[in-house]
Amino acid sequence: MIASRGASSIAEPVVVRWILTLLALGFLAVFLCMPLAVLVHEALKKGIPAYLAAITTDDTLAAIRLTLLAAAIAVPANVVFGVAAAWAVAKFEFVGKSVLTTLIDLPFSVSPVIAGMVYVLMFGSSGWAGGPWLMDHGIKVLFATPAIVLATTFVTFPFVARELIPLMQEQGTEEELAAISLGASGWQTFFRVTLPNVRWGLLYGVLLCNARAMGEFGAVSVVSGHIRGKTNTVPLQVEVLFNDYNISASFAVASLLALLAVVTLVAKSVLDWQFARSRRRAAH
Amino acid sequence: MRIDVRNVSKRFQDFRALERVSLTVNDGELVALLGPSGSGKTTLLRCISGLDFPDAGEILFDGDDASSSHVRDRKVGFVFQHYALFRHMTVFENVAFGLRVKKRAERPTPDVIKERVSTLLRLVQIEQLGGRYPSQLSGGQRQRVALARALAIEPRVLLLDEPFGALDAKVRKELRRWLRRLHSDLKLTSVFVTHDQEEALELADRVVVMGAGRIEQVGTPTEVYDRPASPFVFEFLGNANRIPCMVENGHAILDGIPFARHTAPRIGDGPAIAFVRPHDLEIVSDVRALPATIRHVTAAGPVAKVEMALDGLQAMVEAEIPRSSEHLPDLVVGAKVNVVAREARVFSANAAPPPAAGPAA
Repeated sequence: MIASRGASSIAEPVVVRWILTLLALGFLAVFLCMPLAVLVHEALKKGIPAYLAAITTDDTLAAIRLTLLAAAIAVPANVVFGVAAAWAVAKFEFVGKSVLTTLIDLPFSVSPVIAGMVYVLMFGSSGWAGGPWLMDHGIKVLFATPAIVLATTFVTFPFVARELIPLMQEQGTEEELAAISLGASGWQTFFRVTLPNVRWGLLYGVLLCNARAMGEFGAVSVVSGHIRGKTNTVPLQVEVLFNDYNISASFAVASLLALLAVVTLVAKSVLDWQFARSRRRAAH
Repeated sequence: MRIDVRNVSKRFQDFRALERVSLTVNDGELVALLGPSGSGKTTLLRCISGLDFPDAGEILFDGDDASSSHVRDRKVGFVFQHYALFRHMTVFENVAFGLRVKKRAERPTPDVIKERVSTLLRLVQIEQLGGRYPSQLSGGQRQRVALARALAIEPRVLLLDEPFGALDAKVRKELRRWLRRLHSDLKLTSVFVTHDQEEALELADRVVVMGAGRIEQVGTPTEVYDRPASPFVFEFLGNANRIPCMVENGHAILDGIPFARHTAPRIGDGPAIAFVRPHDLEIVSDVRALPATIRHVTAAGPVAKVEMALDGLQAMVEAEIPRSSEHLPDLVVGAKVNVVAREARVFSANAAPPPAAGPAA
């Protein structure tokens, strides 16, 4: 290693540091900033009024509503599931614990397209989960909102649990035991001790879960059926408009997703900061 | 409250944590469970508290079987080894927790809670710290919070798991005295676990010495220190010199030399192990006493520690000599001296737990 004079033993020479920094910034510029700039440029090319018109067409508004609905169901469902699963995995010993842990990770390791296909097989006209029965009773799951919600829930399944498990494991069970020895019931222990101790981690998980729920494309694409104004979510609407050569409208709608990403990033930084602070406070 | 532990056994997989342990803790007593790690002392404490359940045997509180009742119904104050304070709550909220989670009918009003918590914080002498978080406290302060929190539910028994284990020596000593005073004020039946014999002897009314899941001896600090029931207890309570010897007519003899002025208890003739405390080993001018060679001398602190090799024996022994002793100037490495034990406790060398069958060759 080349060590420059005057630098401390672990510091790289100034030139190397500059090159590394430029390399990283250059990479960011090419792969993150440039696409974002192109996106904004394309979205606003025909002026602000055209932009607003593009994102307020009936189909687009319907897509936004559907995306919000899917997120509004999937996120709370996965908060409940994630907290329950993390609690079970982190605080108790039981048979099948490692199986549960692996299953929680499944949506991360499976391609979303396959997840979508599974729902098609389950709820399709000859599906396992009573496709014909559902049809007879006029319940439409596939190519309708229920399937979109299910697919979204599936792919966003691990976020909350993944965030909480290591945190809860690290905190151990002593505080819970103390609470119980002081006369607290199971629910009191959970709501007064366990949950407050992981609140920042939980919010963080919810944030990531929400970002993915709103941005999910693959699984939703398979089960949606692409019915305009009915079963298109925002990411699907972007694709539809793009395929129609309606480039500027497509970019306009895409800019909404970009905005979501930016908001998520800012919220994430705030949470990170809060999180670090509460951990510092908790550090014994 | 009186606690009776009857024939309690507990296993963790194939590890026997407790083997038919029986013990009575009298009302208002402060009892120490003393033993090395793995001796079952913490398991016994947790069984008493209800945090763990014995596989067999029963635990009685004032004569009533408490074995199957849940920890939250037993009304025990448990102080955890690492305090287990609620990290997201202030000191005040930590202490108030046990009152706030009571059923609505039993829950005190906010004013009463405030009053009670203030009283407790005053009792443990940290009334000015109510607004702090646990991470802003020193170890000793956390210990006091943990104690106040446990006392808030007006427990019938106070159980402490290694209460001073995580503190440094000076704070430990100070807190020990304070806890002793607190106990004599409150008269609350208390059991604490420790591996520190000094702590147990100084603090407890009675000491329960445990080893390998069994109770080795129960007695007052003086009893267990002066009259240990087994080699295990002797070695665990303070330093011990272990001298293999013969017992003849009640005298401990090594190489034909009776080396103890007083030998106890009375056991049959035969090979034995004599245990001698370092402060009972005396260096004398009498050439008929046991010859030894000095190997090392540490002359710092109130006593000088002299390490010697007994001539004709592999064993090293240690003696503690007052710094004022007239012999001290002559005690240099390599010097030949003669030693005698003021008191030796002998245990038959071929003794299984039942007393030795009789004289052996």
